[in-house]
Amino acid sequence: MYIALLICISLVLANVVIGVYSERKIAAFMQDRLGPMEVGKFGFLQIFADLFKLLQKEDIVPALADRKLFLAAPCLIFIAIFAGFAVLPLGPSEYLQGAKVEIGVFYLLAIVSIDIIGILMAGWASNNKYSLYGAMRSVAQIVSYEIPLGLSVVCVVIICQSLDLQEISFQQGIFSPEENYLFGIKALGIDVTQVGGIFTWNVIRMPFFFFLYIVFFIATLAESNRAPFDIPEAESELVGGFHTEYSGMRWGLVFLSEYGMMLLVSFLGAILFWGSWNTPFPNIGFVRLADWTSGNSGTWVGIAWGVFWLFLKAYMGVFLQMWVRWTYPRLRVDQLMYLTWKVLTPISIIFIFLSSIWRLLMI
Amino acid sequence: MLNIILIAFCILTVGSALWVLWTKNVLHAAFALLLTFLGVAALYVMAGADFLGITQILVYVGGILVLLIFGIMLTNQAGNKEGGKNMILTENLNRFWGILIAGGFFGLLFYTFTQAGFQEVEQQHFGEISNHSSTIQITGIQLMTDYVLPFEIVGVLLMIALVGASFLASKNE
Amino acid sequence: MLTDFGYILLFIITGIVFCFVILFVGKLLRPSRPNEEKLSTYESGEAPEGNANVRFNIRFYVIALIFVLFEVELVFLFPWATVFGNKHLIEVTNGLWGWFALAEMLIFVGTLALGLAYAWVKGHLEWVRPKIQTQDFTSKVPANLYENINKKYEK
Repeated sequence: MYIALLICISLVLANVVIGVYSERKIAAFMQDRLGPMEVGKFGFLQIFADLFKLLQKEDIVPALADRKLFLAAPCLIFIAIFAGFAVLPLGPSEYLQGAKVEIGVFYLLAIVSIDIIGILMAGWASNNKYSLYGAMRSVAQIVSYEIPLGLSVVCVVIICQSLDLQEISFQQGIFSPEENYLFGIKALGIDVTQVGGIFTWNVIRMPFFFFLYIVFFIATLAESNRAPFDIPEAESELVGGFHTEYSGMRWGLVFLSEYGMMLLVSFLGAILFWGSWNTPFPNIGFVRLADWTSGNSGTWVGIAWGVFWLFLKAYMGVFLQMWVRWTYPRLRVDQLMYLTWKVLTPISIIFIFLSSIWRLLMI
Repeated sequence: MLNIILIAFCILTVGSALWVLWTKNVLHAAFALLLTFLGVAALYVMAGADFLGITQILVYVGGILVLLIFGIMLTNQAGNKEGGKNMILTENLNRFWGILIAGGFFGLLFYTFTQAGFQEVEQQHFGEISNHSSTIQITGIQLMTDYVLPFEIVGVLLMIALVGASFLASKNE
Repeated sequence: MLTDFGYILLFIITGIVFCFVILFVGKLLRPSRPNEEKLSTYESGEAPEGNANVRFNIRFYVIALIFVLFEVELVFLFPWATVFGNKHLIEVTNGLWGWFALAEMLIFVGTLALGLAYAWVKGHLEWVRPKIQTQDFTSKVPANLYENINKKYEK
């Protein structure tokens, strides 16, 4: 509710601080450099210096730009991404979920797709060839990868029978209202509801979900325009893509939404596949690892554990995105289309059948 | 409170729709259409059809509007290329017929609304509408049982459209 | 249900307010000294040529078209997915419901997959790459001359 709203808005802000610093340090580590070192110890304060620089920069609107649309576009992109946070459960408490709507993840997919319009708006209003090409490429890429993304989300919905992310979270741990069987198959007869931990996560409940997660992860990379899917803003050919003409805090908003999107999809991945806010440790005999690392449901300790695990998983996802960025070269546009239409979409359609058969085995 | 929000969304919807009509800049019209779609989605949600509202955003904003803008950008060859602002302006053509047809539709719809007596329906069922939970389950069950034939026909229709789209693409090569 | 969507509206309003606040703070801090050069369109330092009224490849449009069709499919899949494995419905119908719903969806998705397969086979999913133009240039220097030089310095 209101608490979740406050957390989300500060999270989006804090995330860009943590994200930029860690991205630069991780990049430096992977390329055997030092990264930012000047401002503060180990360059800790670098991002604040950057932030103040952005705030003080002149807000340049090109004379030939379509002024109204140019000014509005970054706000639209930011609002679309931020509205996506409304349905995320940040922990095992009803106060930590912005809005408990039943069609949560469906809403999330829809509202995030508004940022396509923002990107098109920015690209067109700039009246700059780089921007327009960048925007067109970006939109073509995002819409193409939305199909495998949506289909992979449907697969998880089939297994969980719910669109509410909090309900999906509850199913994947020791607080589950229903019984969980090993690998989801009831016929095996191994009840793991009380074992909890990793055995009740969706990746184990439906063992093939690990491969589906790869599809999901690739699609989300493309959705957030991250390398290796960054041809929309390829520096070497398009300067900056759709945000070439932006400067100052307006550019900062675009940047904020990019990092917000990274975090949002990482949260979504963690919730849908990696057990949400549930602990990874199972109960084995009298060694109650799951109980010890989850606390009691509804208490402060329980909530703290939940928030800790979820954030840990989400930031693991963010780290993975950064790792991929500094490992793989950029894809060509024909490779991009090949990947989504001929590899990811057929795979996710097959997964729809696989997961629905699995669901029938689960009951 | 609910009424104020409802009126605000109505104003948003109608206002942006009027903007679509009044502006001469085609791209501005397209982006004003975004507001109209969002307003309509909000009205759907307020009428208790949450699934329909979100579908409106997903399909119309995320799909149709993008298609529309792509279409505008692709077909615009007459505009000015020499530098200066990049605007696609329309001229007001066929104003008489336009107003006539729009007025006719308005009259027809207005007549239907006054005859149907939606207000009574709303007064009788408003409590249910604002309290009941999501419509998505009902939609799913109905799709699988009562409306299974239309559902499959939609599938065939989509396939035909897909084949048609790829045929168009091949023609342009 | 409406209160939950009210919270979503609150999120959106917060987003709008946040944008205004942060841009307002920026406005207080930043200078505003526009000049003609600064406001010209950026084109890698060159004087901009024409404006951004450029022609696009029709493929962008086709991609968007195919996307809309699959999006509609997705919209149909979501309500199905929430009720398809419903425990209560399956128990009531003696297990029939699940298989029945699955078969219906199989036909639906299968039809679309057929369309995708058609587009694939016909080659419409391929993004045609521009042909790399090689220059027709014949040198008077024979190629083996270079090889001889390479051999000479090979160690």
